[in-house]
Amino acid sequence: MVRVNKPYHVSLAEFLLQMLQVLGVGVHDDGERGRTSVGTGYDLSNSVFSPDGRNFQVEYAAKAVENGSTSLAIKTPTGVVFAVEKIITSKLLVPNKNNRIQTIGRSIGAVYSGLLPDGRHLVSRARDEFNSYRGQYKEDITVPYLIDRLGNYVQAYTCYNSVRPFGITSIIGGVDGEGSHLYMLEPSGVYWGYKGAAAGKGRQSAKNELEKLKYDELTSKDAIKEAARIIYLAHEDNKDKDFEIEISWVDTVETKGLHQFVPEDLLAEAKAYAQDKLNEDEDEDEEDDEDEDMDN
Amino acid sequence: MDHDPFRWGRPNDATYGGYNTKIAHANPQAGNAAMPTMNTQQPIVTGTSVIAMKFKDGIVIAADNLGSYGALARFDDVERLFPVGENTVVGISGDISDLQYISRLLEDLEIDNNYDYDGHSLRAPHIHEYLQKVFYARRSKMDPLWNSTIVGGFDDEGKPFLKYVDLLGVKYSAPTLATGFGAYLASPILRKVIFEEKDVEKVDEETARNAIKECMKVLYYRDARSLDKYSMITITKEKGVVFEKNLRSENQSWRFAKDIKGYGTQKV
Repeated sequence: MVRVNKPYHVSLAEFLLQMLQVLGVGVHDDGERGRTSVGTGYDLSNSVFSPDGRNFQVEYAAKAVENGSTSLAIKTPTGVVFAVEKIITSKLLVPNKNNRIQTIGRSIGAVYSGLLPDGRHLVSRARDEFNSYRGQYKEDITVPYLIDRLGNYVQAYTCYNSVRPFGITSIIGGVDGEGSHLYMLEPSGVYWGYKGAAAGKGRQSAKNELEKLKYDELTSKDAIKEAARIIYLAHEDNKDKDFEIEISWVDTVETKGLHQFVPEDLLAEAKAYAQDKLNEDEDEDEEDDEDEDMDN
Repeated sequence: MDHDPFRWGRPNDATYGGYNTKIAHANPQAGNAAMPTMNTQQPIVTGTSVIAMKFKDGIVIAADNLGSYGALARFDDVERLFPVGENTVVGISGDISDLQYISRLLEDLEIDNNYDYDGHSLRAPHIHEYLQKVFYARRSKMDPLWNSTIVGGFDDEGKPFLKYVDLLGVKYSAPTLATGFGAYLASPILRKVIFEEKDVEKVDEETARNAIKECMKVLYYRDARSLDKYSMITITKEKGVVFEKNLRSENQSWRFAKDIKGYGTQKV
């Protein structure tokens, strides 16, 4: 399957536009892509609005996320499953190490797409929040309260021109006394609760698949398989690069409320399921093509 | 009678003397303070003995559920055994508020340790060493955590591990261990089962558990700050941590009590 690499052309056009502006040639963008203010100076500083009411630094941070490797999470009635696509950037990297999914406390997981060091820092902050809450109240912080604290923290990085916004969209979820929770936190500091969330390069196709899941009936074990399948599917657009898949879960029953990486056997099973499903789809596509040929 | 409502419920000055306000203003930082700072001088609510022994496949440890306020049996549902990590247990006797503090330290330790997935998990020797450092640091500040503890689990070679550490930071190991009154009442009985390290191989789980149960009964007979309701943890490689709560000392016989002379109002 050959695809036109659209983003490249877009960025080329933008580049030419900017060059013209740098040269002082008046180019009026009609605003169809809403990029009127690029290069006007309003995008250089954090905490400064453009005349049409946008914070460009935050939008550029979101762009950094869009190019990050795909991460996703699925909420089930009893838990949350996290998965991330890890592009192998060097053959020298040790396989199945360099973990991307992290734990906050005991029952909360976090995965993110975008600038990885920003994510490490946010997780570090989340762990501090967890410890501080425990220190004060002698019990574990709830997921909604933690995400609210983190939302405020991330938002603060959009308000001062001495800092830049977080270049990550993080997916944070877990179980607490109230059940399972899943949130996605964006560079602007906004967060929403989700049944299934995806970020990074393959988010669009991942979201399409996530929308088809039946969240009320899903078991965490099934969610592992679906998460693997969706990561494989979302990787299709990026097929020339090798990747590893990392999956973790937290479940009130299966993991006794602890956030852990899935056991080897379940991971292998999920990978096999994902590859089978992917091959099935491809076979169907080929059959369709053949049918079309017959018609012709 | 003093009818001043602000003095209701307070010790009578005529009987007890005036309150020494210098105690409230004790502060060594002030330099010329009348009193030095007073840290913990005695435990308040206390838990009595913890007893433990090794056997060939693991360890067994027990502690009753009593929290005493002096001689008063104040709380009867205090849990004094704390599983930490995958196969370690910490049994704590002494001050209950310090016990609660230590239990939170251990939880924090476990949480922080799980953050790096390096394939290493906290084991008993690490936890024992950590506790020893905490106890010694606190006693060096003249502000001790008023406890004696026993840490049980497996060592780095996978052999049964049992070690003691107390409020002074003193630590030692033995195949059978007991804190508090248990050191006098239970240790001799446990040593009949395991006298030295090489005897551990000859003792199976059943024998060890029965010996511990027997000791809990003897402790209830003879330790006036004990309870016949207790918790027991057995750790083996095969079954991991088995936590039994609300056990009762069975088949008690108090016939011996009538022969005890020399206490109370009876004439010897």
